[in-house]
Amino acid sequence: MLAALSLDVVPLWVVVLAKSGFVLFVVVTTFAYAMLFERKIMAWMQLRPGPNRVGPWGLMQPAADAAKMMFKEDLTPSTADPFIYRFAPWISLATAMGVFAVIPFSETSGGLWSIGNVNSGILFVFALTSIGVYGISLAGWSSGSKYPLLGSVRSTAQMISYELAMTMSVIGVLILAGTTSFAGIVHAQAKWWFVLPQFVGFIVYIITAVAETNRAPFDLVEAETELVGGFHTEYSGLRFGLFFIAEYLNMIAVACVATLLFFGGWNPPFGLTVIPGIVWFLLKDGFFIFIYIWLRTTLPRLRYDRLMAFGWKVLLPVATLNLMVTAAIVAFGG
Amino acid sequence: MARHDLENGAEGARGLILFWLLALLLIVTAVFTVTQKSPVYSVVGLLANFVVLATLFLTLDAEFVFVIQIVVYGGAVLVLFVFVIALLSSGVGPFAEGPNRMPRALVPAAFIVLVAFAALVYGLVRGPLATAAVHPSSAPLGAAGDAGVFGSIADFGAALFTTHLLPFEVTSLILMVAVVGVVMLAGDAPPERTHGSHSPQVRRKPREREPIVKAGR
Repeated sequence: MLAALSLDVVPLWVVVLAKSGFVLFVVVTTFAYAMLFERKIMAWMQLRPGPNRVGPWGLMQPAADAAKMMFKEDLTPSTADPFIYRFAPWISLATAMGVFAVIPFSETSGGLWSIGNVNSGILFVFALTSIGVYGISLAGWSSGSKYPLLGSVRSTAQMISYELAMTMSVIGVLILAGTTSFAGIVHAQAKWWFVLPQFVGFIVYIITAVAETNRAPFDLVEAETELVGGFHTEYSGLRFGLFFIAEYLNMIAVACVATLLFFGGWNPPFGLTVIPGIVWFLLKDGFFIFIYIWLRTTLPRLRYDRLMAFGWKVLLPVATLNLMVTAAIVAFGG
Repeated sequence: MARHDLENGAEGARGLILFWLLALLLIVTAVFTVTQKSPVYSVVGLLANFVVLATLFLTLDAEFVFVIQIVVYGGAVLVLFVFVIALLSSGVGPFAEGPNRMPRALVPAAFIVLVAFAALVYGLVRGPLATAAVHPSSAPLGAAGDAGVFGSIADFGAALFTTHLLPFEVTSLILMVAVVGVVMLAGDAPPERTHGSHSPQVRRKPREREPIVKAGR
């Protein structure tokens, strides 16, 4: 469908613009309902009904939330640095959205269903993730008050630490696939999903991805009980909304990357090719999003020193060991 | 993309415009970085500078170097700058402003820039750079992870661990020395334990516990 648009008569920039618009529309809609999905799942796990007033089963709740968010006043504290304070949410949002430019959602005979068919998609995702830290750390610093500053210092240290283990856990997959392009990695999983040979890497990736997206049990950055709202304490209205969207888009993006790297992307399991690839992709993506929500409702928040010790003393050595074993097997085992 | 652009006429012009645009941006962001009063603005300028430089690598089809430039400099080194600035200046109040050193630093800085530029021009016109033949790579383009493609990670790794092994190891040794030095300078005595050890509590058998005395009755 997306690939069919790339006719030769249409200029390239029109195609790219149309694809981007479509993908962003779908992704932002997914965000809205991922939020509702999270609230519903959490409510059921905690034996309460959850949002159920706006529309049937609360299905219009995201629209109500968005309208409320838009009409709230956008405050800037007098102690804030006005330019960076306004600029920081856009870094978060742009890097979160940029990831979707390289993620292929499916493949048909017409080609790959992605905005840009980038050769080194996974490397591009790493580059964007590492820039995304600035959104949070600059926001916390520029607010000019105590709690956001603590939140941003925490986030900087946490994200640097966990990014390392995350990258290490993914390289095992790259060694097995012998390529850095998402399409190539998915093709390499036609027979076996990489979750089987790379089970250790998979577990490390899932844990570090939760930390990278600042979600519970690693949400020290915005720990309500200690830091009011963490880095976004001073933000309100639509500018807070940008951070909110960025956080959910990041969650959807790491779920997409997990699907592509470890769960065979759009490859159907057990040869069930009757169901199209995009359905499988969305099902696997939804499964990972559900796991993140499940973790949030189940586990209590970690203490900060434990979080750092876990990242450096457990995850990083395990990921490095996994990488070394994988490399040795590929190099010497044929 | 751009590597081939420069070889073909009409496409070449577009590649050249892109190059000059990026070069201009690179200079603008660099000047922005050094002229800012607030250190955080300098960091933002430097971040833009790194990203533009990485994009310049991308126009040479060096995808891997593009990513390394952003991940290592933008994602790791510069984030630590933000970290330190946030720790030192809690809140956005500017650092105590010292005397404006810009006029005094301008002359030596301009001198160094001129010497470096002259050396570069000499190298291009007369030196080894002029005689070294530029071979456009004939390797095909593809994912940087694939073997045999232009700028591939395999070639990069092979060069790093064979031809350039010594500089690579020396650099890592220097970094190691720096890390050890920082730990020596910053590390202080380990904090005193304020609470008891867990192990006697864990090791205690159920029969050694305090007897439970029912109150009342």
